Amino acid sequence: MVRIIGFFVGLGFCLVLAIAFFTGAYNQITNPPAETAEKEFHLHPKPLALESNGPFGKFDRAQLQRGFQVYKEVCSACHSLKFVAFRDLKDLGYSDAEVKAIADQWVIQQPSINPDTGEPATRKSVPADHFPAPFANEIAARAANNNALPPDLSLMTKAREGGAAYVHSLITGYRDQPAELLKKFPTAKTPKGLHYNPYFANLNIAMPPPLVSDGQVQYTDGTKPTVDQMGTDVAAFLTWTAEPKLERRHGIGVAAFIFLLVFSVLTYMSYQNIWASKKRELAHS
Amino acid sequence: MSFPWAQHYEPKHPFMRYLDERLPLPRLVYNAIGGGYPVPRNLNYFWNFGVLSGLALVLQILTGVILAMHYAANQTVAFQSVEHIMRDVNWGWMLRYMHANGASFFFIVIYIHIFRNLYYGSYKAPREMVWLLGLVIFLLMMATAFMGYVLPWGQMSFWGAKVITSLFGAIPVVGQSIQVWLLGGYAPDQAALNRFFSLHYLLPFVIAGVVILKIWALHIPGSSNPTGVEVKSESDTVPFHPYYTAKDGFGIGVFLLLYVVMVFFAPNYLGHPDNYIEANPLSTPALIVPEWYFWPFYAMLRAFTVDFILPAKLWGVLAMFGSIILMFFLTWIDRSPIRSTNYRPLYKPFFWIWIVDVLVLGYCGGSHAEEPYLMISQIATMYYFAHFLIILPIVSTIERPKPLPNSISESVLHGEEKESAPFGAGGVMPGTEPQPAE
Repeated sequence: MVRIIGFFVGLGFCLVLAIAFFTGAYNQITNPPAETAEKEFHLHPKPLALESNGPFGKFDRAQLQRGFQVYKEVCSACHSLKFVAFRDLKDLGYSDAEVKAIADQWVIQQPSINPDTGEPATRKSVPADHFPAPFANEIAARAANNNALPPDLSLMTKAREGGAAYVHSLITGYRDQPAELLKKFPTAKTPKGLHYNPYFANLNIAMPPPLVSDGQVQYTDGTKPTVDQMGTDVAAFLTWTAEPKLERRHGIGVAAFIFLLVFSVLTYMSYQNIWASKKRELAHS
Repeated sequence: MSFPWAQHYEPKHPFMRYLDERLPLPRLVYNAIGGGYPVPRNLNYFWNFGVLSGLALVLQILTGVILAMHYAANQTVAFQSVEHIMRDVNWGWMLRYMHANGASFFFIVIYIHIFRNLYYGSYKAPREMVWLLGLVIFLLMMATAFMGYVLPWGQMSFWGAKVITSLFGAIPVVGQSIQVWLLGGYAPDQAALNRFFSLHYLLPFVIAGVVILKIWALHIPGSSNPTGVEVKSESDTVPFHPYYTAKDGFGIGVFLLLYVVMVFFAPNYLGHPDNYIEANPLSTPALIVPEWYFWPFYAMLRAFTVDFILPAKLWGVLAMFGSIILMFFLTWIDRSPIRSTNYRPLYKPFFWIWIVDVLVLGYCGGSHAEEPYLMISQIATMYYFAHFLIILPIVSTIERPKPLPNSISESVLHGEEKESAPFGAGGVMPGTEPQPAE
């Protein structure tokens, strides 16, 4: 009975799927999907070699400090970093006093309440504070940015396919729209207020090119601030903001791996040892 | 029940005797996973995965209970509380990565366990109840994993919850009401998040309960084995301890090695980047996909694109649930008394086609719902159902199996299962030798 019912259920599913298959195939032939500019001109991020890559990767502290400087002087005008606290900057090699000074001198102030009147007010940041957002709310952010919302950057390198390489490619990948694109897709011209960027999923991004010229940020450690260098540094910095425990993770991972390797070898040897008598006994039976 | 030659628990220390007379817990353990449980001597490494799935469940419960101390099931702060765990809780990042990857490893182990069961016919009499309880655990696991994925309240959490709960809306007449009742609203929000958290905490303990029933049911007929021939004499078995505890120890070592590689060196590889974006009901992701372990079922759901008598969506939902429900009837669909596929020459190629079929479905399920993936998943879904409901009943009726070994000991002496073969025995496969040795 089960087999007969099952047989007809199976036949029913197969019939419906066959109809769906032939309908799909017919549509595919008579009405093939149009090619799109996004499909043809979208580029995958260029590989980016960072010190933190790989199972033994560690952060390059000097690079993180440079990346932080780029964030501070360029990105922070529009992008928040809400999951990172000033105290976390000690991981980049800053001393307590330096962290305190960075928090104190941060241009955007923390929202607070006037202790006397209860009115909304602002105050200077302290190391325990998280980075303050540049806009009070989403409406303010959109109003100031041509109706686009600058996303929070704390998790950016984990929230996009390609990670740090994507961030680097995106911020250094702005260019003029290729003539062949316009020739092939005349309606795909980048709309006014947007910017052509082949690394962005739909090719047109609201963010204007953030790094426009070499030397835009003055590094103090002698590194030449080319656009590519600044892009790499800020991508490294955002790798740290998204995964501050990366070094710890790698270190413990190596130790755990070695421990378990020894454990596995020992358990394998004891397994073989315990079974040896059983096998010998059988061979002699 | 156990085999008559099973060793008996004999407490030596006076305290253990005292305890045994009042609370025979050590006796229970001894008979369940100790020297008192005789196990076929020819088990291969595929039989490690029962213990490994138990380990995975324990890992999930331990890490999950601690994560729940720091997580807040409130839609305004859930995402922040996960980042708080990642950044400010001592070892929080490790616990969360262990828990997230632990779910994937749990499914890897369970899928290999199910593979072993299907290949070696462990679902057949007298072990039907073990198989049915296993399927109940599998369904509970899927529900638990789905609700767990909603908790971080990222984009994929939110939209995954929306898509999966909308499946219930496909049920005619009462569907919409059921969907609203399940979610506590018209879209996933605070009510849904809070109840998912509650159930995500509850279900693992339900699973643990069913695991106890399953082990109980397993110990009535005893473990199956690669030949599919039942245990006949004492020489066919070895005590679980120390023989299989030693082997499981090694299995656990290898399992943890692979687990550690993922947790510490590629913790986000199996996840989706969109889930690091906070849930936003106003912004639909370009591609809504569940976690990888649901991809084959998701492909079946999306394969139905044409309304035919019933709406396409309802067909998809029926097929998705049907693909697992039919497994409950497997014991009665497959009439062949032969358990191991090694001795089933006609069934074997169909079985391997089915394995490839499921992998293809998995690939399609993780891709965009566009051609050619839809057409491929339509063909693959067709084979999935045809395999179990049309091919298997016919094959199991007309098939002429290869000769089975007379006993487990005999097949071991042949060196058929290399691992448990005696020293010096060659790798003689059954069927290639006309007469059994001796």
